[in-house]
Amino acid sequence: MRGQHILGLEHMSVADIERVLNTADEMKKVTKQDIKKLSTLRGKAIVNVFFENSTRTRSSFELAGKYLGADVINIAASTSSVAKGESLRDTLLTVQAMGVDAIVMRHSAEGAAQYATRYVKAVVINAGDGAHEHPTQGLLDLLTIRQHHGSIAGKKVAIVGDILHSRVARSNIWGLLKMGAEVHLGGPKTLIPKEMLDMGVTIHHRVEDAIADADVVNVLRIQLERQKKGLFPTPREYARIFGINDERLKLAKENVLVMHPGPMNRGLEISPDVAYGRFSAIEEQVNNGVAVRMAVLSLTLADGVQA
Amino acid sequence: MAQWLIKNGHLIDPANGLDDVLDIRIANGKVAAVGKSLSAEANDEVIDASGLVVSPGFIDIHCHLREPGQEAKEDLLTGTASAAAGGFTTILTMANTRPVIDQAIIVAGMKHKIQTDAVVRVEITGAVTKGLEGKELSEIGDMAQAGARAFSDDGYYVNDGRLMRAALEYASMFNLPVISHSEDCCLVADGVMHEGCVSAKLGLKGRPAEAENIAVSREIMLAEMTGGHVHIAHVSSKGAVDLIREAKAKGIKVTAEVTPHHLCLVDKTIESFDSAFKVNPPLRTNEHIVALIEGLKDGTLDAIATDHAPHAYEEKDCEFNEAPCGFAGFETAFSVLHSCLVQTGQWNLQALIHKMTAGPAAAFDWKDRGHLSVGGLADLVLIDPKKEWVVDPHAMLTRGKSCPFTGMEMVGQVVRTMVDGKWVYQDGKIIRN
Ligand SMILES: [Zn+2]
Repeated sequence: MRGQHILGLEHMSVADIERVLNTADEMKKVTKQDIKKLSTLRGKAIVNVFFENSTRTRSSFELAGKYLGADVINIAASTSSVAKGESLRDTLLTVQAMGVDAIVMRHSAEGAAQYATRYVKAVVINAGDGAHEHPTQGLLDLLTIRQHHGSIAGKKVAIVGDILHSRVARSNIWGLLKMGAEVHLGGPKTLIPKEMLDMGVTIHHRVEDAIADADVVNVLRIQLERQKKGLFPTPREYARIFGINDERLKLAKENVLVMHPGPMNRGLEISPDVAYGRFSAIEEQVNNGVAVRMAVLSLTLADGVQA
Repeated sequence: MAQWLIKNGHLIDPANGLDDVLDIRIANGKVAAVGKSLSAEANDEVIDASGLVVSPGFIDIHCHLREPGQEAKEDLLTGTASAAAGGFTTILTMANTRPVIDQAIIVAGMKHKIQTDAVVRVEITGAVTKGLEGKELSEIGDMAQAGARAFSDDGYYVNDGRLMRAALEYASMFNLPVISHSEDCCLVADGVMHEGCVSAKLGLKGRPAEAENIAVSREIMLAEMTGGHVHIAHVSSKGAVDLIREAKAKGIKVTAEVTPHHLCLVDKTIESFDSAFKVNPPLRTNEHIVALIEGLKDGTLDAIATDHAPHAYEEKDCEFNEAPCGFAGFETAFSVLHSCLVQTGQWNLQALIHKMTAGPAAAFDWKDRGHLSVGGLADLVLIDPKKEWVVDPHAMLTRGKSCPFTGMEMVGQVVRTMVDGKWVYQDGKIIRN
């Protein structure tokens, strides 16, 4: 995978996904060690360019790079620089001129990471482009499921919430389907495009049907501004009809895994008893996030691990 | 003044029902004769058009020349040069310039500038509302008297139904059409591409076909109510074709145009996030294309129009969401349709030429254009139907170097264009007199 851009899971092969997950298993051991530093990426420079705030994803990439021995810098580029006349291209050319080996990029525009590949020679890693994809989140979710259930193939995974605006949902859908899972989407009609059927998923508007007998329930964040745009009437109604609580979770399989990409609106899309309950893998996801990002960086920048 | 005898060309003049190897003589800026084996007169310069198609000059009833105000994108010189290279001898320019063409004095100023700068005939559209703001009617009558040939807020739907009603009533007193960019603004919201499987997958916000259908439906009802002539710009949806077909059958005064890109490109091209494919209304799916071709064949759609909307390459080179809509269209229009529809056997050359000549002329009742009648204007093109070429925007005469057909292999190209009895374009070059 050396030199390969990581733009999304739609076009990533099953073999590459497996390589990332296997490498991440190894990396996870490293993150549990006392001394976490490897020399795999010594002498490599990685820049995190975040046009949108995300402490979680940015620090996860930053730690991953540092554990691998790379030099990591962060650029907090505001999207409003566009208004000041500085275009995305200008920012990319500046980064390119610094001669870095990888650009980890978060941007509110769909396709921004792909656009970046036109201007930079470095490996581009998409850390979220609008509502399109968030491939490392998809991979860490796959890793979490695999660790918990032993395999992904044949499992029923319910993704519930705001699918329409979610890059996490899209990366999850592609990754899960490739690995042989059954994907069920649940949520209000206004937040699930019906054309997603074309991707190979099943759609439910009774959230109970989505999570019935599920091995995994992946709950997505609801943004309150969607309510102002008329996509659902009130947060109260959303929580009552679509929120994942203990009662509803009983419909799922006994050893169900509950995931959430964070940050959560507790009491809205997920109740606190579920978020902190015994089925919750939310903390594990964060831990796996670092391992997956270490795997992706080492595979694309150094062809694997040399500890 | 030079006289020309164009011999042995395959003359296709749908308005006069001609489709044969014929000679044509041009004298004094007029068609002097059309017939078999015409013999040269003393002052004739003879052109052998064997293997070429001779057609009336194309008429484009929808384009953006960007002058006044945005000459960096295009101006009358480059815009009309590009039109001539595409075989257009008459073009109708839209009002969304800076300033907006919403007063007679701006129409007059444009007419003056056209005389000095343009190499093809340029007709002017005035705005329906002041500043294209959709709030107050602009001085439609005054502009009509200054020579505006149609009215449109193209780029924007006139959201206020009462205003659109008034525009249709008012323009009908001057026998001029109101051109509607039909898309319901609320349904479109901040959509950037066709709403469907591809937008669902990419996460880009969609513009549903229903937004167009709903808007077209209102325009048809208002045309029926007012007796005014509404022309639907760049029809892109199956639903709109069906509505227009029904309305025409009822005798409602509605005409419509379709662009080459809506006939030949689908939303799937946007999977590359290439902003060259960003346009309004958006590229849709094959299902819609089939309906558009059907609409052309049965006369529901009257004309092909380019919606030539040049932007500097730089401006389109950004995130898909941020990129402006539209692209250059003059120089690819004929070749794209010839390659995609005629060469593949889906359509025939005579019908294509009809929709680029007599069709648009009839839609707007421009009786002196779109035909090669003896005594009529000598506006014509020579087409090499076998010429193979590859679209390279840098070789185009327009300043708008963004083009969705870049790199596509074409068969057939306009090789010469004559306006008013004078050659204005030949083999890649403009001839200014
Ligand atoms: Zn328009």
